Amino acid sequence: MKRLVVVGNGMAGVACVEQILRHSPQFQITIFGDETHVNYNRILLSSVLAGEKSDEDIVLNGLDWYKKNNIDLRLGVRIVGIDSKAKTVTGDDGSVTPFDKLLLATGSVPLIPSIDEVKKDGVFVFRNLDDTRALLERCRPGLKAVVIGGGLLGLEAARGLQVQGCDVTVVHLMEWLMERQLDTAGGGYLAAKMNQMGITVLLGLSTTAILGNGKVEGVQFKGGGSIAADLVVIAAGIRPNVSLGHEAGLEVKRGIVVNDYMETSHPDIFAVGECVQHNGICYGLVAPLIEQAKVLAATITGNKGPKYQGSVLASKLKIMGVDVFSAGEIGDKLDGSEVIRYEDPALGIYRKVTLKDGKLAGVILVGDTADSHRYMDWLRTGKDLVPLRRQLLFPAPVEDVGLDIAQMADSETVCGCMGVAKGTIIHAIHEKGVHTLAQLKECTRASTGCGSCAGLCQSLLKAVVPEFEEDVRNRICKCIPIAEDQLREILRSQRLKSVQEALEIYGDGVGCEVCKPALSYMLDMLWCGDHDEDRSARFINDRVHANIQKDGTFSVVPRIRGGVTSAAELRRIADVADKYRVPMVKITGSQRIDLLGVKKSDLPSVWADLGMPSGQAYTKGVRMVKTCVGTEFCRFGVQDSTSAGIEMERRFENLFTPHKVKMGAVGCPRNCAEATVKDIGLVGQEGSWQVVVGGAAGKKVRKADLLITAETTEQALEAASLFFQYYRESANYLERTYDFVERVGIEKVRKDTVYATDAVKEGLLERLRKSKDRSSDAWLERDIPHNTTQFIQIKSLEEVFA
Amino acid sequence: MKALDAWVRIARCSDIPLREGRAVTLGTREIAIFNLGDRFLAIDNRCPHKGGPLADGMVSGTTVVCPLHAWKLSLETGNGPSASSCVETFRTRVEDETILLDLSSKHAEAEELAAQGPARLCVPPRGTAVAAD
Repeated sequence: MKRLVVVGNGMAGVACVEQILRHSPQFQITIFGDETHVNYNRILLSSVLAGEKSDEDIVLNGLDWYKKNNIDLRLGVRIVGIDSKAKTVTGDDGSVTPFDKLLLATGSVPLIPSIDEVKKDGVFVFRNLDDTRALLERCRPGLKAVVIGGGLLGLEAARGLQVQGCDVTVVHLMEWLMERQLDTAGGGYLAAKMNQMGITVLLGLSTTAILGNGKVEGVQFKGGGSIAADLVVIAAGIRPNVSLGHEAGLEVKRGIVVNDYMETSHPDIFAVGECVQHNGICYGLVAPLIEQAKVLAATITGNKGPKYQGSVLASKLKIMGVDVFSAGEIGDKLDGSEVIRYEDPALGIYRKVTLKDGKLAGVILVGDTADSHRYMDWLRTGKDLVPLRRQLLFPAPVEDVGLDIAQMADSETVCGCMGVAKGTIIHAIHEKGVHTLAQLKECTRASTGCGSCAGLCQSLLKAVVPEFEEDVRNRICKCIPIAEDQLREILRSQRLKSVQEALEIYGDGVGCEVCKPALSYMLDMLWCGDHDEDRSARFINDRVHANIQKDGTFSVVPRIRGGVTSAAELRRIADVADKYRVPMVKITGSQRIDLLGVKKSDLPSVWADLGMPSGQAYTKGVRMVKTCVGTEFCRFGVQDSTSAGIEMERRFENLFTPHKVKMGAVGCPRNCAEATVKDIGLVGQEGSWQVVVGGAAGKKVRKADLLITAETTEQALEAASLFFQYYRESANYLERTYDFVERVGIEKVRKDTVYATDAVKEGLLERLRKSKDRSSDAWLERDIPHNTTQFIQIKSLEEVFA
Repeated sequence: MKALDAWVRIARCSDIPLREGRAVTLGTREIAIFNLGDRFLAIDNRCPHKGGPLADGMVSGTTVVCPLHAWKLSLETGNGPSASSCVETFRTRVEDETILLDLSSKHAEAEELAAQGPARLCVPPRGTAVAAD
């Protein structure tokens, strides 16, 4: 077997190896990577910085892939020498490895502009996972961050830092942002959007020095101006990493020169990716790398034939909520070209299409990039657009999305990064039984680049696979197409405080009865009342704090903590029932009393006459703690479950939760108050409490899982508090604890709560305390209504004969 | 007291919070008035499904979702989930911070439509644009 050595464990090198393996297993493969990570998706580093994805989320080839393919992976080894005559490579660990074929995929290195005193504590580049981790470690809310460079990478870094709470300024040398992909107008639209998101953009400024004594304090510009900075990210571009090309004696210009077969000037040395120069062009985007990898794999495996003929340059900005797409020629100065433009400053939409000889030469889309695939296809195929003149800016209206996909030709590209056509996906679905997005990614590699075609892939799956199931981590509803955990993070990091605002920025601006209450909950949980409490986004129960019944009347359940009441309280309840002619008084399953059939306009006076707080029986919030009489009276009780239950109810009451939370506390394992089928239960034992979570006795019956055994009541209550707040912060809206615990797994729940570090635990408890401090009994709105007609039955100002 | 063919001053604009509805008693019936920000829309306060109080429903764009079983009804046309399920709609206008309702509009429209044939049961889009206060 011949020995193939690959230098570079990045996207290009590994993509090429994947393609080689598809041809034949003729090589003993060794891959050197100077980073210590397996192959990951470099394009998504900005998502890691923005907290939208974790390190694991962006892994493209896990260790098992290398193992399965018998690849000798040498991580953390930098190749420092190549002897092209003896055919060996030398690593910085002193190792010498012989090769028959050598593949250079060394990528590129950050371009550091000439800036004085650039080597300071707090100056970062943003190129690999370690850079990203270092940045994440350093950035703190309130820090002043300056990003030098307003290109794709710089803007994505800026957004990530802002999401982490930094106060971000982008400094760009040129007169408009992304000048290589956009024209002046497009750059203007983009800058406006960045400003709107709270990122300051400074244009036409050349950075001359980093200020500060050892540690960054500011950035100085040509002409003398300066701004303060606590950290600086240099994202001024990249340069092909060609040092090994020189070392090997290859022909090197800006990049390592390759021909159409991806051959270098040495017959046994090949190169691929950002380090190469083909036909005078060095590419820095993922799609060209994949195209090159396919050609090179054919050449190197003895199947020489396919030619690389250059790629259409296309780029997409990957910032959620900022849609930018650019492809082909963007200048206005193409001879004989026609420019068609559309602008809507209010919506922030800019589209520019450049035609030459009836064919698409270039396109810029800002604000709405949904149909970018259409333009990519026109560019690739050189389609004659004369018959389509009326549809150049917007596609002809179609009836639904499904039809749009149906109209795509099989040859049309769905995934631009990985070069996967619609036909390939259909084939995979029919021939290989693919029916989830994850399988599709695995099988065709579609949607493993920038991920922007995921929606298109999903639609295709939906259209073709009858049993298609959307991935579990999904969105609330179609109004706001973002996974819930991401959405919470967005609301938090962007300090969004009103439902309408969130819908306008990230959703359809309207919302529905599903997403509005969910958003309302998230805002309340995150901002503890320090948000815009929009009652129009609440279900009627949460507008009037009572449970609507089939006839439009309401039920009233006062709080009776632990189910323990008194004669005086019962008398008041009876008086209220008489006075308001309450049609039914019912003992509930929760050891409480329900007054059914109360008119909306009577609610405030009913509450006042009761003189008891709201039992929250109408809302997704803390219901009650059901208790037994414990040691108080029972001859078997070993723990004071009544007091413990009442105390737990006091600590959590008035708070809102993703779904209702019913609790129980029992004084011995006989479990008379059924604590083991409650969302949170305390089960008394001789000398300890078992704290159990995730129980259910409704549509579903589930025995609660043991969270921890606690020695004292206080410790048990603390464990319950940790879980309670963890559920509030991490569960999806309308996800009961039993679904949540099952989805997350009790082991992880324990790890994140009772077995978490002290700092994490203190964080949970502190946020719970803060919420609790700001919460109040909803029934107090009887005295200070949220609005003048909250409970009032309005009578027409004028009467009519009816 | 007014006759049926007049505009009726029914409620103050400030009575109806933004994107919410309120029921207004008018004689023996209840009208649900909704504040859409740029206009007020009025429909009968009775869901064609099980009689739910539509004024208590959540507003989603120009649709109200009945609080009882989540039937969705158009505030503009009164149309519900099926051809036979719809509510009456009423014309509104605003004068001096007061919402006026045209009880006759519905009847005139209905007669006009009845003359055209029996196909339509619901009154077409109405609701007058008002200046935001």
